[in-house]
Amino acid sequence: MTILRPIFYLALLAFIIAAPFIAPDFRTQLATLWIFIILSMTWDMTGGQMGYNSLGNILFYGAGMYIAAVVGISIAYNVGEYTNAAGGGIYKFTDTQYFLGMALGLIAAGVLCAGIAWVLGYLLFGLRGPYFAIGTLGAAIAAGELVSNWEWVGGGQGIALPVFPGDDYENAKLFFYYLFAVTGVVLFIFLRWFYTTRFAAAINAIRDDEEKAEAMGLHTLRYKLITWSIAAFFVGIAGGISGYQLIHFEPLETAFQTINLGIFMVVCVLLGGKGTLWGPIIGAILFHVVKEVTWNYLLGWQWVALGALIVITVVYFQDGLMGWLARVKPEWFGERVTEKPALAGEPAE
Amino acid sequence: MTKIIEVNGVSKSYGGVKANTDISIEVEKGGITGLIGPNGSGKTTLFNSIVGYHPIDSGSIKFEGQEISKKPVQDIARLGLLRTFQQTRIYGDMNCVENMLISMPHRKMTIREAFTTNTRADHDRAEHLLDFVGLYEKRFLRSGSLSFGQQKLLEFAMALMNEPTVLLLDEPTAGINPTLINGLIDRLKRANSEFGITLFIIEHNMRVIMNMADRIYCLAHGELLAAGSPTEIQGDQRVVDAYLGAH
Amino acid sequence: MDQIIGNIGLLFEFPIVNLKILLDGIMIGALFALAAYGLALVWGVMNVKNLAQGDFVIAGGYIAWTLDQNGIQPLLGIPAAFLVMWVIGWITYKLVIKRVIERDLFTSLLATFGLAIMFAQIMNLMFGSDTQSIQLDMPTLYFADGFIDVPMSKLVGVVTALSLAFAVILFMKRSRMGQAIRATAQDARAARVLGIDTDKVYSFTFSLNAAICGAAGAIIVMAWVIQPFYGITYSIRAFVIVTAAGLGNLPGVIAAGLGIGALEQYGSHIFGIGYQQAIAVLLLLLVLFIRLLQQRRKRQVLQ
Ligand SMILES: Nc1ncnc2c1ncn2[C@@H]1O[C@H](COP(=O)(O)OP(=O)(O)OP(=O)(O)O)[C@@H](O)[C@H]1O
Ligand SMILES: [Mg+2]
Repeated sequence: MTILRPIFYLALLAFIIAAPFIAPDFRTQLATLWIFIILSMTWDMTGGQMGYNSLGNILFYGAGMYIAAVVGISIAYNVGEYTNAAGGGIYKFTDTQYFLGMALGLIAAGVLCAGIAWVLGYLLFGLRGPYFAIGTLGAAIAAGELVSNWEWVGGGQGIALPVFPGDDYENAKLFFYYLFAVTGVVLFIFLRWFYTTRFAAAINAIRDDEEKAEAMGLHTLRYKLITWSIAAFFVGIAGGISGYQLIHFEPLETAFQTINLGIFMVVCVLLGGKGTLWGPIIGAILFHVVKEVTWNYLLGWQWVALGALIVITVVYFQDGLMGWLARVKPEWFGERVTEKPALAGEPAE
Repeated sequence: MTKIIEVNGVSKSYGGVKANTDISIEVEKGGITGLIGPNGSGKTTLFNSIVGYHPIDSGSIKFEGQEISKKPVQDIARLGLLRTFQQTRIYGDMNCVENMLISMPHRKMTIREAFTTNTRADHDRAEHLLDFVGLYEKRFLRSGSLSFGQQKLLEFAMALMNEPTVLLLDEPTAGINPTLINGLIDRLKRANSEFGITLFIIEHNMRVIMNMADRIYCLAHGELLAAGSPTEIQGDQRVVDAYLGAH
Repeated sequence: MDQIIGNIGLLFEFPIVNLKILLDGIMIGALFALAAYGLALVWGVMNVKNLAQGDFVIAGGYIAWTLDQNGIQPLLGIPAAFLVMWVIGWITYKLVIKRVIERDLFTSLLATFGLAIMFAQIMNLMFGSDTQSIQLDMPTLYFADGFIDVPMSKLVGVVTALSLAFAVILFMKRSRMGQAIRATAQDARAARVLGIDTDKVYSFTFSLNAAICGAAGAIIVMAWVIQPFYGITYSIRAFVIVTAAGLGNLPGVIAAGLGIGALEQYGSHIFGIGYQQAIAVLLLLLVLFIRLLQQRRKRQVLQ
């Protein structure tokens, strides 16, 4: 087992690096898959591990998109004038401006989204269960509506970002794939460690019985804020990258897409299995593949089918793949049943 | 002897029900104090008021000289004043060891320390305390599958893991097999003497409380009926009447 | 900013404008209250927080609109929408809601959110994404030198909504089913012991709710406009109203409904029509926050 694990991870890493060359026609879809994976993993941090089911995490995706774009533009031009002349084509970016702007934009997106989560969390973490879900949904919808009325960032038209330097668009596809992949891998490595810490045990305690956790003196609010902020940090970066990848985005359907991506991430996690490390990843892959494969056969009914998929998942398959596995193969999740050797000095039982 | 908890003139009502009326009690630092009274006499309500579970109507509650009646539960718990619940509360989906590790005293950690993994010593301490309450063999079982009495023991161990200054125990012997009660009394006493934890215990079992407590308060109908040493309480006709009257 | 201040100034310069805004708000607010009453019913009886509430409303609107397109007298659209939505509500209950009632609240919330998406997308496919309304041959009444215009269609709509609400309330008070519903809301287990078939009560309640929403939608399409994706905002409004008023508080629901209607109208007068959706949602956050502070004073949480 101990030897197999590094081999498995190395093989996985090699596959991640090679994937866009194995399937060169699907580079954009693979990049989108990373968005699903990142959003699902971060959703599970609060939804699965902490018991706070947010329906509004998409807010950080949209906010990240806008923040990264505005910061990226502002290092070269006046944002108000730029958005005013949407797609005028008079605004040229040098390679340095483009990449520096993007880098600063992504950092700002992550940091500011973490800050937004902190502030929003102060207001919303007093809500429990369905109220939290509805409150976060409301916040995300409100954000989209407000941004679509904000002319400085392009109002309902959204923002058109500069295109990726160079003529070969395949380069751009590869670039964004790897950018997402790096973000996703970093997130995975982070979570793998994070879920072993005392902090993670504390958020599990909040999930299982928050009142008890309070009575034991846990800093519940602080821990909730930190967890959500970390999640928002990664979502913000993913949103920022998406903005540059899409080139043009608008507030309601692309950035703050509450009823699409906003709910898909929840379904991905449910499909794969809440509160596990791998569940959200597996769920995201499953969901994305099903979506892409069936998309063209459904002739306009895709969105209806997705709604139906949500309902079916929630009603019939809520334990997810990992939950199902844990039921049929409990020994794979064996830590619960194995006896550890008795402590030195303790009488053997 | 210093007073670690001072409750002064505390009243609390639920709508029309006066659960506590003008209660004044004191808990001595380092001792074992008992709280008795018939069912519904307001004992749990008083505990809830002390730990900040609900706002009180009037009166003052001090912990180590500091007014705490306006503070929320977590702030009070973080001062080292902990309670267990009458209807035990444990994390039922986790095993006993996990329950113990989750009860690590986070108030004594910095955020950096919270972002580390539990050490071997933490695991050892968890298992040692489980052994202390007699749950060592069950330590890898799902805690939700334990019996009510075992869950009470686990909750007690979890509280010890948290290294409190004062521990309020709400009926620790309820649901415990009578043959094991002597062992539990012994452990409670050791928690007090060896770990130096001040205990404040609600108890229905007279034999248990008379055996342990230095001082006992008796509530009836939400009012303080009597206070004194175990022998004084035992000899108090009002206490006997209150208990008989309740049946 | 100047425009906002100008809009506020207008309210003081011409106080009559206030009256117009209030009237408009109260009229649409009556319909919000109707949908909210349905939500409170489902919420109170079976503890399902239905996020498809607004989509039931919009669906009812499209049913009436379709009939009108086929030359049927528009007012007949109201009972038609009531009946068709009853059936749709019943089917929805049997297929989905029945299976999530006993589960945790997030499950039912998410399931109904999925339903909401499905309904909205189906309507989008069937009717297109343009806004639609029914033109009634009714005059518009003018008051105060023409400053206030009240289309008869809105008045008829509000009166119909009120009569429907009155009928439902009477039904809940008088009929055997109404009593069974109230008993189940009090304590489902006790109701079962008393021989009440709670499954039947649940399916009836949910169907009734869908029907009420459908009728509300049929009224809305006569005097206002509908669009496939407007549903979520109606759901949110219903949530705001129920959260603000509390369950089983009928006068509260009506007052909150009218209040929300008026606040929204004021909001869109001051900030511009583009902010209407935003205001509806911000009101949700505001109400949640106020309730949260109230609970915090009792050291409790909103759950
Ligand atoms: N949350 C509550 N809401 C309303 N009334 C309550 C509440 N909690 C307790 N009461 C009432 O307050 C009174 C005191 O209750 P409390 O639980 O403090 O009694 P107790 O002494 O702990 O009883 P027991 O020995 O049975 O545990 C009782 O009359 C009870 O009905
Ligand atoms: Mg009690």
